[in-house]
Amino acid sequence: MIRLMDVFKEYDNGTKALRGMNLRIDDGEFVFLVGPSGSGKSTIIKLLTAEETATEGRVMVNGYNLNNIRSWQIPYMRRTLGVIFQDFRLIEKKTVRDNLEFVMRIIGASPREMKRRIPYVLDLVGLGDKADVYPNEISGGEQQRVAIARALINNPQMIIADEPTGNLDPQRSLEIMTLLERINSMGTTMLVVTHEKELVNRFSKRVVAIKDGELISDEQGGYYKYEKSV
Amino acid sequence: MKNRFNFGYFIREGFRSIFSHGLMSFAAVCMIVACLLIMGSFSLVAINAERMLSQAEDENEFLAIIDENYTDNQIRQLQEEIRQVPNVASVSFVTREEAKDTYLDDYEDVGLYADIPDEVFRDRFSIHVVDLNQFDQTVAAVRALSGVVNIRAAGELAEGFVTVRNVASAIATALVVILAAVSLFIIANTIRLATFARREEIAIMKMCGATNSFVRWPFVIEGLILGVTGALIAFFAQWGIYTAVYRAVVANGAIGMFPLVGFADIWPPVLGIFLLAGALIGACGSGFAIRKFLQV
Repeated sequence: MIRLMDVFKEYDNGTKALRGMNLRIDDGEFVFLVGPSGSGKSTIIKLLTAEETATEGRVMVNGYNLNNIRSWQIPYMRRTLGVIFQDFRLIEKKTVRDNLEFVMRIIGASPREMKRRIPYVLDLVGLGDKADVYPNEISGGEQQRVAIARALINNPQMIIADEPTGNLDPQRSLEIMTLLERINSMGTTMLVVTHEKELVNRFSKRVVAIKDGELISDEQGGYYKYEKSV
Repeated sequence: MKNRFNFGYFIREGFRSIFSHGLMSFAAVCMIVACLLIMGSFSLVAINAERMLSQAEDENEFLAIIDENYTDNQIRQLQEEIRQVPNVASVSFVTREEAKDTYLDDYEDVGLYADIPDEVFRDRFSIHVVDLNQFDQTVAAVRALSGVVNIRAAGELAEGFVTVRNVASAIATALVVILAAVSLFIIANTIRLATFARREEIAIMKMCGATNSFVRWPFVIEGLILGVTGALIAFFAQWGIYTAVYRAVVANGAIGMFPLVGFADIWPPVLGIFLLAGALIGACGSGFAIRKFLQV
């Protein structure tokens, strides 16, 4: 569950990234967040992951009020989220299995739980046979699948994907988005930030469009209305 | 899900990290060895200086000349009174004959004094003090006793010992403190360089919900291992260097009246202090070094 209520964000250098943003995403939803570069998409993700705090307004994520969250609570809030990045952000010196294992260790999972859960999630993302390889030994699409598996491994309430297909070819992008849709159908809330017009239009989900830090449209089964800006 | 402490994981990660960043680990160990060796060498010099001064102090004494009309009983009573004076370590009675013998021993090359009569000398007490800082007060207290007609004390010599010892202790303490601070700074920076290469890894962990302690533990253990390794290497190097210097000093007959402390007598505390210092410097250096990268 996400709530942004009259959120303003101004950075120290004076940039006004969000101007009175209101957004509500309920549990189980699949939402595309679209908008041109500099529209405030990344700022929204940073607010949701508690990397930044709002200048004004209220931000709620999975029951945590991020306006007055204590620093020791932030890790526990983040455990309710799975975050996927455009550049995968896998730890190169760890195998695929170890990349998932350390995330389970963070929440104090037992070796038995890890032994059971990791193969299950790797099978889910179609990488059941890649557990012992290193990230640089697999393709970009497979690396993003590992990142999705990592986001999924602790069974989070919500997955936030920041341009998850930005580094992939159209075929791999479609596969990744299909996988995210499948995960959503299993009950995980999905917020996908993307520039991929074709994908947004093809999947016909709720589309939230922002520009210059303001919400300009929010439609169920909507379409991408802006050209990709460079 | 039960939140268990991943101690085995932290140790594995600590070791893995040492070998996967081998060059930085080597640099950190070298820094620790260098800093401990410098600190250790200064400390050993200070220990030897302190030992020499203590020995010199032990040989320091003053004399209380006894009233020649005192009977044996009165002398024994006076000896007891002197023993009761604060800061008096020991009191020994010296007869006029013994005093003459000592005098003649000191001036044996001068034949002029050979026939000097015993009556020229007086019975006296030879008195040692506990703390040279209170030498003057002790002398005054003994002088005030009835039956003591004169005092012979090298007060300036005693003051000199105190001054030399205090200055040597202050210099040694200051050097050790400064070097410890410099070591910590250098090691923290060395480990920070190593950590800088892993800031992305730390950011990923934090984004996955890792607490600061979960991220910090492997680094602290890594620092601890590097610190202890450096301490052991520094200890054996210190042993070798000290033994070589010791042999050179003994061979040259230098400082003959004040023998140096043998390494065999001091190795347990040296090893303990090196291990403690290495472990603290390594662990604290690592802990401080990653603080900045935890702000994600």
